[in-house]
Amino acid sequence: MNLDFSFFTLNIISNFIIKGLLFSIKLTLVTLVCGLIIGTMIAMMRLSKFKILNYPALGYVVLIRSLPFVMVILWVFILIPLVIGKSIGSENSAYITYIVFESAFYSEIMRSGIQSVKKEQMQAGYAVGLTYFQSMRYIILPQAFRNMLPVILTQTIVLFQDTSLVYAIGAYDLLKGFEIVSKNFNRPVEAYLIAAVVYFIICFSLSYGVKLTQRKVQIAK
Amino acid sequence: MIEFKNVSKWYGNFQVLNNCTFSIQKGDVVVICGPSGSGKSTLVKTINALESIQQGEIIVDGIKLNDPQTNLPQLRARVGMVFQNFELFPHLNVIENLTLAQIKVLGRSKDQAITYGLKYLERVGLLSQKDKFPGQLSGGQQQRVAIARALSMDPIIMLFDEPTSALDPEMVGEVLDVIVKLAKEGMTMCVITHEMSFAKNLSKRVIFMDEGKIVEDCSKDKFFGNPDLLSARAKEFLSKILRNN
Ligand SMILES: Nc1ncnc2c1ncn2[C@@H]1O[C@H](COP(=O)(O)OP(=O)(O)O)[C@@H](O)[C@H]1O
Ligand SMILES: [Mg+2]
Repeated sequence: MNLDFSFFTLNIISNFIIKGLLFSIKLTLVTLVCGLIIGTMIAMMRLSKFKILNYPALGYVVLIRSLPFVMVILWVFILIPLVIGKSIGSENSAYITYIVFESAFYSEIMRSGIQSVKKEQMQAGYAVGLTYFQSMRYIILPQAFRNMLPVILTQTIVLFQDTSLVYAIGAYDLLKGFEIVSKNFNRPVEAYLIAAVVYFIICFSLSYGVKLTQRKVQIAK
Repeated sequence: MIEFKNVSKWYGNFQVLNNCTFSIQKGDVVVICGPSGSGKSTLVKTINALESIQQGEIIVDGIKLNDPQTNLPQLRARVGMVFQNFELFPHLNVIENLTLAQIKVLGRSKDQAITYGLKYLERVGLLSQKDKFPGQLSGGQQQRVAIARALSMDPIIMLFDEPTSALDPEMVGEVLDVIVKLAKEGMTMCVITHEMSFAKNLSKRVIFMDEGKIVEDCSKDKFFGNPDLLSARAKEFLSKILRNN
């Protein structure tokens, strides 16, 4: 078999690959931020002393974790137009699905993060006159987040890899860029080989970054 | 200023506080002692409603704690508390530890809060450490910062829960000095401690607790000077602790 990479020029990169890469990154970042915020709220519900808040949060997490991701991606894409009467496009559909899905995972991370902070810290917050939400906001959550940072980043690397699952609904992500190139030049082996290298470089350097923060977190403790 | 009337508290079936009645006047310095598990920490934490009670009444500065109308955060802001394990906020540096609640609870401006904070840091002798993080300080320094944090809220009373029992012996003195100085300046305070020489030095009054009950509430002179007048439990506790020291 002869491998020929000559088709893969700067022009190709800027026309087909960058667009996909940007969407993959945007989907990852938007999901990270929204997922962390919603996930933190779910975690607080699960740990609340008010039992009525515990069960919906638990139900959400258990439900999401029991469903195949690709199925949910497809399902939301099909369902939303049926409900609201018009299509919102595959990209918006992806944002919604990823946020809904990843919130459940980030909530589990933030839950163990909150539990990793000694309960006396909450008392110390109350003792200086902070309310429950102020103590959470200024004392517990920053420590929970810091303790969990390596885990959050690791989850986010997996999330970046999982953005490729939007192929199911035809959104234009990094992988899709390579798919189009492979078809245009009829060079699938080479195109997907390059795709693998690109994913590897991005994820490997991110995990290396995680290792560094891990060391920092350890020292800060 | 602080009134406890027949206060009882249970954890499930276990009664931690049993019909406790006592009061603290402005300027009083009260030492609370008693065997471990006798309910001292729980009693002190009910003063700022960190622990709730099931029976009786607690009034702090004219405000009923069990009244649902009471704004507990505002009340707690005026009651300083120092914990056994310092409980500084590890992600904030020293001056941020001191200013957070001043800004968020008392509504002071940042500059104002820093001015107050620096004033109290100087009082506990740690002005030079203001930019360090708690993890970079010794235990004794952390506890002094914790005292400054409580003081910068202008409390009407200070509560200390075994403020030196988590410290290495060589650091106990610096923390006790700060507390004694505060007492001399007229701060109202309530101190749980096993340091008997410190207790003698500090207060005029001793409360002795056993199994959730206030067994003795008497003058220091009676407690340390006249063991024959004390209950059997208090006598036993005293002889044990004095032997160990
Ligand atoms: N959250 C809790 N649940 C059940 N029991 C508790 C709890 N907190 C404290 N206790 C019990 O209450 C008793 C009094 O505790 P504490 O007030 O900490 O005593 P002390 O400070 O005098 O050592 C102890 O027997 C302790 O085990
Ligand atoms: Mg105790």
